Amino acid sequence: MSIKIFEDKCTGCTLCLNVCPFAAISMKDKKAVIDRDKCTLCGACLDSCKFKGIEIQRSTNKTPHLEDYKGIWVFAEQKRGVVQPVVFELLGKARELADKLKTEVTAVFIGHNITEHAKQLIHRGADKVIVVDSPKLEHFLDEPYTKVLVQLVRKYRPAMFLCGATFMGRSLVSRVAVKLHTGLTADCTGLDVDPKEGFLLQTRPAFGGNIMATILSKNHRPQMATVRHKVFKESEIDKSRKGEIIEEKIAPSLLTSRTKLLDIVEEVTATINIAEANIIVSGGRGMRGPENFALLEELAQVLGGAVGSSRAAVDSGWMPYSHQVGQTGKTVCPKIYIACGISGQIQHLVGMQSSDIIIAINKDASAPIFSVATFGIVGDVFEVVPLLTRKFKEALRR
Amino acid sequence: MNIVVCIKQVPDTTQVKIDPETNTLIREGVQSIINPFDMYAIEEGVRLKERFGGKTTVITMGPPQAENALREAIALGCDDAILVSDRAFAGSDTLATGYTLANAIKRTGEFDIIICGKQASDGDTAQVGPGIATQLDIPQITYVKKIEKIEDKTLVAERMTEEGFEIIQTSLPCLLTVVKEINEPRLPSLKGKMKAKKAEIISWKAIDIDADEGQLGLGGSPTWVSKIFTPPPRPKGEIFDGDPEEAATKIVHLLKDRLN
Repeated sequence: MSIKIFEDKCTGCTLCLNVCPFAAISMKDKKAVIDRDKCTLCGACLDSCKFKGIEIQRSTNKTPHLEDYKGIWVFAEQKRGVVQPVVFELLGKARELADKLKTEVTAVFIGHNITEHAKQLIHRGADKVIVVDSPKLEHFLDEPYTKVLVQLVRKYRPAMFLCGATFMGRSLVSRVAVKLHTGLTADCTGLDVDPKEGFLLQTRPAFGGNIMATILSKNHRPQMATVRHKVFKESEIDKSRKGEIIEEKIAPSLLTSRTKLLDIVEEVTATINIAEANIIVSGGRGMRGPENFALLEELAQVLGGAVGSSRAAVDSGWMPYSHQVGQTGKTVCPKIYIACGISGQIQHLVGMQSSDIIIAINKDASAPIFSVATFGIVGDVFEVVPLLTRKFKEALRR
Repeated sequence: MNIVVCIKQVPDTTQVKIDPETNTLIREGVQSIINPFDMYAIEEGVRLKERFGGKTTVITMGPPQAENALREAIALGCDDAILVSDRAFAGSDTLATGYTLANAIKRTGEFDIIICGKQASDGDTAQVGPGIATQLDIPQITYVKKIEKIEDKTLVAERMTEEGFEIIQTSLPCLLTVVKEINEPRLPSLKGKMKAKKAEIISWKAIDIDADEGQLGLGGSPTWVSKIFTPPPRPKGEIFDGDPEEAATKIVHLLKDRLN
């Protein structure tokens, strides 16, 4: 396993120097040289070289019977029988990719007393639903859910496996991928397929969204990815769609767990959690105190959105941590993000800068939040927010 | 109690910027720091040792300069530090990284709790913690915001979810990934800094951790980066600095159709 520069092909153009995220390439006698202590073999330089002068030799480790793996799976996350919205987003994307590849979409639905809810997955684009129903699977636990998925993948051999990048999804499929010894790409914001080779092209942000990377698992199946909320559109409901519901029985002895759920506590003040919200009204230090978040709640209510918060407001104890947007909180990408009294430190920006529309309200015209704003209002939040609430209320007749 | 804390040295992402003219990363002056989430893991590891006695070992996989991160962890109260470093690890994805760290942890001997930050700020995958737990065949609780109690070889913790949290019990040994809410990391003490300066860092290479070579580094990594590119910059926005009433009216007018 190594990286090599063909000196005869290197023209000394230095293009590769600029793309290396780790500063591992330098020029010596007008040829590129790689510092092996810094190089992580990430492959960024391969594409940059116009002369095919860089090569990474990789191993030929492969999943056995690779060509038998077919179809796209979507993990249909449910809580108390309610299918999570990210699943419908995944089904929409999976349908589109499956049509390109002329293959099938299968939803995998795990829980207890859920069979009656399986049909909606077909209405949303699945060709098949595999249902695993057991009292032992009523609530999510890492170990039994992992064992079920591993067993199903070994039996049915899907080529691709998509899962929402939720708390449950990221915890669960990280274990599944290791058990299956396959590749897993986290938190994708773009998915496509190469119809000729059958590869899943998985695009995701890195370095806090400063660069994007497209990742492949060429030699391993299934190609697994977790996908961020709200980047793909939910598929439409089509009640005329037909499909097959397969009930799989898993031996109860396989469903043991060393962890046990003792209680579930819901603490999100508004009913909508920020990762799922289409509209987020967020407040920062400029809100001056917890009592003023009521202004944001009013606006959020008119818009049907959720209330978010900057780190400063959470650290001051004004809002619970579950509402925090940013590097140490949640990454969100709603349709509309309204930042009120948030200056826009880079740690906050990386958590919200992929929102469709950003409205920033701040007294300070030089606040960095304005650099990512679609619309900015330089003014007093205590004046502007109630104004927006009133105007939206009138316009929407709510 | 034997506690192992896994940390990663990362570039300070707040400083990684794109040069708008050449569309490339500006790296000058970018410092390496301990992954911000791992600071909470270190603090929790040190607190558990202070409460229950025992030892907190900090471990990292990375290039030789990751030693600095380990010294910082010792200054914060960790007892032993292990650097797992070898060119054979280069190109590791989360699968190979989990495998390598799991093997290194096995070599440290008996352990009760492994603590990781919820994710690293450069890769943001949140996959390595669960990966280590799976490789070691131990249970995990991810996104822990509070350890409620530890007794009789069981641990009860609060695990963050989208809606709030769950209270989960696990047998020991186990692996936890922790979120920011779990504690407030202390600053290094003067005594800690002195200790860190003198501390001997244990250094292990691939041959020291009884690893299967085929599962290390690039060769052991199913995922490949096929392309790296800079995202298109956000189009320039419209900033209103005049009458707020006028600005609000205009914005509401422009957005109203999107909301119905």
